[in-house]
Amino acid sequence: MVKVAGTFGRSGVHDYILLRASALILLAYTLYLVGFVASSDITYATWSGFFSLTMTKVFSLFALIAMLVHAWIGLWQVLTDYVKCTKLRGALQFLLTSVAFIYVLSGFVILWGV
Amino acid sequence: MNVNFSIYRYNPDVDNKPYMQDASLDVPEGSDMMVLDALILLKEKDATLSFRRSCREGVCGSDGVNINGKNGLACITPLSDVLSKGKIVIRPLPGLPVIRDLVIDMAQFYTQYEKIKPYLITDASKPPAGEFKQSPEERKHLDGLYECILCACCSTSCPSFWWNPEKFIGPAGLLAAYRFLIDSRDSATEERLSNLDDAFSVFRCHGIMNCVSVCPKGLNPTKAIGKIKSMLLQRAI
Repeated sequence: MVKVAGTFGRSGVHDYILLRASALILLAYTLYLVGFVASSDITYATWSGFFSLTMTKVFSLFALIAMLVHAWIGLWQVLTDYVKCTKLRGALQFLLTSVAFIYVLSGFVILWGV
Repeated sequence: MNVNFSIYRYNPDVDNKPYMQDASLDVPEGSDMMVLDALILLKEKDATLSFRRSCREGVCGSDGVNINGKNGLACITPLSDVLSKGKIVIRPLPGLPVIRDLVIDMAQFYTQYEKIKPYLITDASKPPAGEFKQSPEERKHLDGLYECILCACCSTSCPSFWWNPEKFIGPAGLLAAYRFLIDSRDSATEERLSNLDDAFSVFRCHGIMNCVSVCPKGLNPTKAIGKIKSMLLQRAI
């Protein structure tokens, strides 16, 4: 069996489930946003009102966390395919996963500022 | 009719790097032959051209090559099928080290095959002294799996195998793995699944189905891999 430490899940199965579950959450969130955009005129007031809903805040954070998990696993898979130098791969993984973390934290701060 | 070929040539004892060599062959109008026949005729002209072949009827799996960018067995690919592009480009199967010309080193491929223990494992008490019988239904599960001839056309067309040939089992190995996982006579299902339960061995398959499109025996490794993934999932959830 191949041992790995760089990805988010604890095993291949765990990664597989998390990838698909996070993809479903992201799909649902996309539909939620598209539904809002399609059903109302976009003004500052409606946009701000939409994002002040607890539902939207929680769903946005949930989607951001799903994005973090999805990106962590997905990027690890892409990097282990294409970047063969371990130091470079480690550095890229650190950098890109950090960016994903920063998105989540930024989202948290921004949403609670609305 | 003059048929033009462009053939990958590399003899590490003489050449600094591989090159493509043009060759042509006169094929009587209205007749056809297999790509392997053409290679054999070309070898008569230039005896240094190297390739593997044995049964010349798609059973042994020796002459897997890349013809016009698609992997296949030279012995069962008619020239007329690949002529449409004008020139027939023949390269070794991609992704594995080239020993010479169209001959590749298949050690990595066989190492992955070995990993899945391609033989029946049974409890010491279980195997009968005589025939080891299966019902027709149990036997039916092996159809579409046992026919693999290990030509490596599938695994060498798989990007996941190109990038991680030492960790990802590859479509051929996984097809064989499922063949033993589903065999009613095999009692090592748990042990086999445990050996596959990591992030690379099975889960590097992203289902792009190159393996299905090139398999000269018309088998479906992607489907078998999907079944293995389901077995691993059922065990984990």
